[in-house]
Amino acid sequence: MTYFQNAKTVLKSLFTRPATLMYPAKPAKKTPLSRGHVTIDPAKCITCRSCQRKCPTQAIIVEVKEKTWQIDQMRCIVCACCVEVCPTKCLTMDTQYPVALTARGGVTKVTVAGPKKKEPVAVAEKPAEKKE
Amino acid sequence: MPKRITVPFGPQHPVLPEPIHLDLVLEDEKVVDVLPSIGYVHRGLEKLVEKREFTEYIYVAERICGICSYIHSNTYAQGIEKIMNIEVPERAQYLRTIWSEYSRLHSHLLWLGLFADGMGFESVFMNAWRLREHVLDDMEATTGGRVIQGVCKVGGVRKDIAPEKLDEMLKGLKGMEHELHDLTNVFLNDSSVSHRLRGAGVLQKGDAYTLGAVGPTARGSGIAIDLRQTGYAAYGKINFKPVVEQAGDSYARCAVRAKEMFTSIDIIEQCIKKIPDGPVDVKVTGAPDGEYFARAEQPRGEVVHYIKGNGKKNLVRHRVRTPTFTNIPPLVTLLKGCELADVPVIVLSIDPCVGCAER
Repeated sequence: MTYFQNAKTVLKSLFTRPATLMYPAKPAKKTPLSRGHVTIDPAKCITCRSCQRKCPTQAIIVEVKEKTWQIDQMRCIVCACCVEVCPTKCLTMDTQYPVALTARGGVTKVTVAGPKKKEPVAVAEKPAEKKE
Repeated sequence: MPKRITVPFGPQHPVLPEPIHLDLVLEDEKVVDVLPSIGYVHRGLEKLVEKREFTEYIYVAERICGICSYIHSNTYAQGIEKIMNIEVPERAQYLRTIWSEYSRLHSHLLWLGLFADGMGFESVFMNAWRLREHVLDDMEATTGGRVIQGVCKVGGVRKDIAPEKLDEMLKGLKGMEHELHDLTNVFLNDSSVSHRLRGAGVLQKGDAYTLGAVGPTARGSGIAIDLRQTGYAAYGKINFKPVVEQAGDSYARCAVRAKEMFTSIDIIEQCIKKIPDGPVDVKVTGAPDGEYFARAEQPRGEVVHYIKGNGKKNLVRHRVRTPTFTNIPPLVTLLKGCELADVPVIVLSIDPCVGCAER
């Protein structure tokens, strides 16, 4: 049995820089895969509601008639299901965490472009029915 | 005969990271009886299966616990895959094993830190958490999340790790190993630590077996149970031996966890050497019809996920039996007869994760 088993580590830490970061004064270390928060490009959203259906916590609400897309940051668990399922890739995952909230809320509502209007497709003319 | 008094311990207590309440019946300074009660962080996650599709529920299952999160999702996925007869690609199995061991490493480092803090050894606490940061950084770089990985899905995994990254991870772990040796040396060989831990809260082998202790609590008492030996995920293709200690006291439980970290690094190394190429997921169609008990080894012991489906998108029943819940009866036995001053150390020595136990 011996004493001062931790002395080596303690001495080493005396002469090294702190292992901690001064967050948020310095930004947190993030990698390209990090999941911070969901962002939307309103111009690309077609209100297909795939994200709303896939969301495990029902944090996303899409109003098709009003053309709005809404996310509740307090409900969102940042699983990135909506980002994976989005057909137009309008949802992206930002690597930085959202700003801390000081009260209940955190609902972000944006007006989006909505579905693209269908271009009139030239209808092939039906062959005239033969008169008997 | 000395007068009996009852001292409430928890749910808010400096050594407890999570809320559990113990009524300690004392005779002078000696604990003669313990009445545990839980229910402070119940969230009703199991009921949610009726409202969420089984493929999305995995993200809820992962959030049962904030520390053993990855292994919860892994176990849930295993259960669904068994019911639906899904063959998971081999690369995904290996990746699951690597992440499971990473999660064990970070959990044990977290626990060693908290345990040191419980003993009053604060500089070791800081050092353990500094080392844990390396593990969390690797987790974040490969999965996107530090403690909630969200990388496991029914039918495989969501992310692949590039071969260069795997080599880098292995190099990082090897570089960390000597620092880990320095850390575990404090727990295993320092006189003041062993004076505090040896003989505190002895669980005999027979008691551990009859009370159903699992994980390091059982292995510290000489029972060689380790669910990884059943060979789920890729554990069947890996050589390893469970770490077993015979003494059954707090020191033995601490030693099991300290030595298990090196087993974890060894398993990760073997996985990285053996990992085959190929796809990481398969497409899942249909819905589970049937029931299954999925079991896996968490850092704290055996976890059981009972899953029952009826062929629809929503499951009928999901029941989780977590290791902490199973370790509460042994904890009551451990505490009987100890001194009041030893209670914090003994409670921490089973690694209580109450968030898991209550779901």
